[in-house]
Amino acid sequence: MPKLLSAVYTILVINAIKLSAAFCGELCLINSMEKITVTGQIFQYLITGLTVGSIYAMVAVGFNIIYNVTEIINFAQGEFVMLGGLIMVFFYAVVKLPLIVAFPATVILVTLVGILLDRLAIRPIRHPSVLTLIIATIAASILIKGAAMLIWGKDPYDLPAFSGRDAITVFGAVIQPQYFWVIGFLIIVVIALSIFFDRTIIGKAMSACADNPDAASLVGINVQQMILLSFALSAAIGAVAGITITPISLMEYDRGAMLAVKGFGAAILGGLGSFPGAVVGGLIMGTIESLGAGLISSGYKDAFALIVLLVVLFFKPSGIMGSIEISRIKRF
Amino acid sequence: MLRIGKLPIAVFALFIVAFPWIAHKVPPIENYTDIMIFVGIYCLITLGLSLLMGYAGQISIGHAAFYGIGAYTSAILTANYGLDPWLCMFFGIILSAVVAVLVGAPSLKLRGHYLAMATLAFGIIVYIVFNEETAWTGGPDGMTGIPGLSLLGFAFDSVDRYYYLVWIFVFAAFIFTANLIQSDTGRALRAIHASEPAAGAMGVDISGYKLLVFVYSAVLASLAGSLYAHYLNFINPSTFDLFFSIKLLIMIALGGMYNLWGAIIGAGLITFLSYEWLHYFEEFEVIVYGAILLVVTIFLPKGLAGTPEIVEGWFRK
Repeated sequence: MPKLLSAVYTILVINAIKLSAAFCGELCLINSMEKITVTGQIFQYLITGLTVGSIYAMVAVGFNIIYNVTEIINFAQGEFVMLGGLIMVFFYAVVKLPLIVAFPATVILVTLVGILLDRLAIRPIRHPSVLTLIIATIAASILIKGAAMLIWGKDPYDLPAFSGRDAITVFGAVIQPQYFWVIGFLIIVVIALSIFFDRTIIGKAMSACADNPDAASLVGINVQQMILLSFALSAAIGAVAGITITPISLMEYDRGAMLAVKGFGAAILGGLGSFPGAVVGGLIMGTIESLGAGLISSGYKDAFALIVLLVVLFFKPSGIMGSIEISRIKRF
Repeated sequence: MLRIGKLPIAVFALFIVAFPWIAHKVPPIENYTDIMIFVGIYCLITLGLSLLMGYAGQISIGHAAFYGIGAYTSAILTANYGLDPWLCMFFGIILSAVVAVLVGAPSLKLRGHYLAMATLAFGIIVYIVFNEETAWTGGPDGMTGIPGLSLLGFAFDSVDRYYYLVWIFVFAAFIFTANLIQSDTGRALRAIHASEPAAGAMGVDISGYKLLVFVYSAVLASLAGSLYAHYLNFINPSTFDLFFSIKLLIMIALGGMYNLWGAIIGAGLITFLSYEWLHYFEEFEVIVYGAILLVVTIFLPKGLAGTPEIVEGWFRK
């Protein structure tokens, strides 16, 4: 994998240099006041990429939590992000709660949606197979999307940035303060989760379910409850992602599917089930997308992440940090 | 599940043949012949998909892409280069088959959700290409000037004529698929669905058979796309978006994926729902679809085609 990645990067960077040289030539002629250097431009794309990548990483972590406990790929994962953004807009703009109150309120509400998803769509299925579980989560995702369209309409919504919009310029790249919030929340989520899984009884019980649900229930762990918890947890993380990204990229009802696919791509790239993998995968995915959109073609922005997903699936389905041995024991 | 009775086929064929005549006599359903053309076009796709999902146990959320590849190949080659429509239809099928091998071969070796995600990603990529390659596809505005179909001087230029043309294709596909299910291939597929390791141990070429079915379903979808393009004489990318792939999934789940009749029932019901009966809901029909899909998955895992079995079960008790 590292070989493949470095190859992809080399190609991107070579193209980047060629294209931005051409770009820069033109831009400098048009506007000599604003000097956009090649490095500045690439630095800009990297920063934006890492920010968006943090969101993909959070979606990927959400995928992994549910996958590890249940072996289900939750196709509705992106809807949690969408709901996070839109519910936050509701609490902030309609109910007029201060950001610091609206934030936890939104997370709690989206967590409830995650719990409902498990209770209403996953648990009632009598003979779960990978086919029916995929279909059930797809059904849930279009239901959530439809409900969001009913409630919020089709317009994108904005949120104020957490600490203003006064951009900082570093090496010619414009950095919004909100970028730090996004990356910061990714770090908080990762630290909180590693404490949860390594240091708490419930977290350890969840990891036990991930290893072997039958053995876990033999030692007295309530597997059903752990599954419920996994949906709640990954919905909460999705909500955090949605809330933090909305001030940067706005939010609308139909954003979920694309976020889910890209987040899944990040999870696969890092190795399905691996948390460090999800973070690395997400950041790489975001960076590739941002560089591709900026330097190759903005029309194909959404295609880059998906092409990476396909390439990884085809050549190294176990990802950077996953292992084939583990994926063999999994039921699905 | 194994045998497809001759009597139901005959009754169904009679119904299809008589339908335009009935529709002309009954004014409220006069335009139903037109909708039945779309039912036929979607049936072509769902027949292949139900073989893929119900018999090979694989899921595709990207068949709108093959449908689109067929439609755009036909549209571009006929409207821009003036090639013979039937030849273009054939080119579309070849292209779809090649693409299906490229996408399917690697992901079918993996399990369950990998093909689902690979086809999902593939479908979105193809949709983006339709939108972005404006020089070829006309971009989001779509393409006009796609000629109609004619054979040996006989033009399929009225709704009734096109209706019969489409349904001839559907019956051919239905009978071919039914025979495929009853052949060695069908038995191998069911073995794979029941247990992959067991089938493999018996010497069944698992990924080979899965790929075969995937390609077959892509070819049928491509054919359907060409028929769609030549009927409407106009196409644009929004027809081939992710939601269409999901709609196909709903058709199969609702009708029942373990039975070929399910493919036809599902395509029929969902098409009439979206063209006729859900106008009241406008764009919120998506909620209805979500609800249908969820309820069917939980309560009717074998779809509507599985209800006779359930009813039989009650009486046996």
